[in-house]
Amino acid sequence: MIVKFKKIILVGAVAIACLSQPILAADKIKIGVISILEGAFASLGQDGVRGAELAFKEAGGKVAGMDVEIIVMSSDASPDSAVNAARKLIDHDNVDIIIGPLSGSEGIALRDLSKGNKGVTFVNGSSAAQDATFREGSDNFFRFGGDGAQWMAGVGTYAFEELGYKKVAVVAEDYSFPYTQVLGFMSEYCAAGGRVPKKFWTPIGTKDYSSVVYSIPDDVDAIFVALGGADAVNFLTQYDQAGGDKPIIGGTITIDQSILDSKGPFKKLLIGAPAGTPTVSDYEGKEWKEFTASYLSNFPEGMTSPTIFAHHYYMAGKAVLLGLEQVDGDLSNQHKALRASLNNLEFVTPTGGTMRLDENRNGIIDNFVTEVYEREDGSLGNRVLKLVSNVNQTMGQDPTAFRAIGAVSRENPSCP
Amino acid sequence: MSRTLLLIVVILIILPAFISDFWLNQILTRSIILGIAALSLTFLTTYLGVVSFAQITLAGVAGYTIAYFSPNTTGLGIELPWLFAVALALLFSTLAGAFVGAIAKKSVGIYSIMITLAISMAFFYFTRQNYSIFNGWTGFSGITAPVAFGVSLEDSLVFYYATLLSATAAGYLVVKFTSSPLGLAVQGVKDAARRVRAIGIPTTPVIIAAYAFSGFIAGMSGVLNVWQQERISSFSVGLGPTIDLLIIAVIGGMRHPLGAFIGAITYVLIDTFVIDLFSRDRFNMIIGLVLLFIVMAAPQGILGSFLSAQKRIRKYDNNAIKRKIKNDCEI
Repeated sequence: MIVKFKKIILVGAVAIACLSQPILAADKIKIGVISILEGAFASLGQDGVRGAELAFKEAGGKVAGMDVEIIVMSSDASPDSAVNAARKLIDHDNVDIIIGPLSGSEGIALRDLSKGNKGVTFVNGSSAAQDATFREGSDNFFRFGGDGAQWMAGVGTYAFEELGYKKVAVVAEDYSFPYTQVLGFMSEYCAAGGRVPKKFWTPIGTKDYSSVVYSIPDDVDAIFVALGGADAVNFLTQYDQAGGDKPIIGGTITIDQSILDSKGPFKKLLIGAPAGTPTVSDYEGKEWKEFTASYLSNFPEGMTSPTIFAHHYYMAGKAVLLGLEQVDGDLSNQHKALRASLNNLEFVTPTGGTMRLDENRNGIIDNFVTEVYEREDGSLGNRVLKLVSNVNQTMGQDPTAFRAIGAVSRENPSCP
Repeated sequence: MSRTLLLIVVILIILPAFISDFWLNQILTRSIILGIAALSLTFLTTYLGVVSFAQITLAGVAGYTIAYFSPNTTGLGIELPWLFAVALALLFSTLAGAFVGAIAKKSVGIYSIMITLAISMAFFYFTRQNYSIFNGWTGFSGITAPVAFGVSLEDSLVFYYATLLSATAAGYLVVKFTSSPLGLAVQGVKDAARRVRAIGIPTTPVIIAAYAFSGFIAGMSGVLNVWQQERISSFSVGLGPTIDLLIIAVIGGMRHPLGAFIGAITYVLIDTFVIDLFSRDRFNMIIGLVLLFIVMAAPQGILGSFLSAQKRIRKYDNNAIKRKIKNDCEI
């Protein structure tokens, strides 16, 4: 029996040894895509993958005369899983470039990983934590998009100057992405003269907001709500039931179409609510219509229009494609030529702006301020109030002064 | 079995010569680390008869201790020499184990599951919302394995051997513990707690000792895990890893320490490669079906089924020999 067992193990060892031989293939660019394909974000993560694939499909699956092979890995929104997915893509699949990840803390984890893997170029998907590029950036980690603060550009000024809100309370989820969103809102709003006397940080998945609802100060003019999905619905419902009537200001993922389509009397609170976002699904711009048409024809099973995730993964894919074309697929010397070309790349985004990077390899973007309005049939939609162009990572402020604010946290920034 | 074990260890020692870095790091080393954590669970289940959901928490206590007392990129914590950090990590995880045992001492079956699950979820939410020690949602990153006795544990080969050595030590400790007087008392508590009390052995310290011991083993895996991942966050101690550990223990088999490691490697292989073999939109369903199949086809776990098959074959062999002897004699 022992002999048999030995045999089994030997066969297993040989099989493992065979499996582990790297498959060498010339004239092929391997691109890994990391997105969240499990759990609550799965359908959004899938849309991210569609975006990345769309960029290469539009180019006929070839770049600089070479075939493109896309290998998709899933993470589950945790930094650990994103790192595991990236390690598998790098060590096992031998990819040249990684596009992704989707969410904030994952982005910081991959930035850290990229520092030890200089032979791979990382292009961020839709992760929007400020520190992925702003502090301790890595020279092979690029973000062709904004961070959560840039996505709020224009909202603070609009709330203070146009809507006349002098004091605002903040209700937001307790992790890195909402911190960055609150920073984006407050840096403008406080500079314009507004005050934020109280901030409420709630854990993701909170069901009972009553303690928050009843602690909102009476003298604030509005509430800035940076909650996502079910959290936003729960908070708004409970606030409405408690008789709350302060106007709402929304974060990037607070007021999406799914919330506007949900049922409930809380929706009347939202009419007129401004929000900041880099992606408006029914934007009327020419480039956006073309992008939507291309998306719909390539992915008939996809969403009715591209989401913010498809939009950002598409821009990442587009940047990789253009960068590789420019250097004619030259990946020698640890991608030196490709990195130089990505740093200087300029291209037209689906929203009609010009994407380019700053010295931290972070995108300079165009951002929308939107407003919820009531359509003729009584349903609610988002419409564009204004387009803020050329938003950089310091929100147009002096870089040293902006950096001096320090890393975002619950207490930072503050203007009570 | 002991010859087989020796053979497996020898194979594991020479295996790195044949496999790539990815297989070494992401498959073998990761499996062994998960296996040690699963071992702490199978130990409790087999010898004390309770299912504990708190093992990932205990590993997390050790992991966070290492992170807090090692150089990291968050600006939190105090830097200590690595040996002190490891000693503290194992001490804290052992104490945490004793603490869990003290709370769960009276419960078995579904009640022990509920209590340990409650403890682990409380710890999870605490790490997620505490910023002064655990750095909340983001946790610690940039932790590197130390240079120990002149060799850097960051080197994947060195780290693999260190992990293998730890796993062997953990397995050895479990075997020794279970045959010690205290270990026998633990099994006595499982089989007939009243009788154990009747002969004058108080059961509470015995139960707490068993939990503390499992905390020590889980702590070993927690230390190695932080060094391998170079990070730890609230996600590392959440419900997902907790359930993964139970799956590993169940598919491997609970009876023998080796089962935990067989379960771990099976789980890691499925988790890593199913997405390549099947549609990426449905890969979690495939993983679920495979695990379901293993549980249904091998209720004793993979190792358990292997052993019972071995026994059956041996029985068959013996019968055949007996028949042959009988036939020969008759002729």
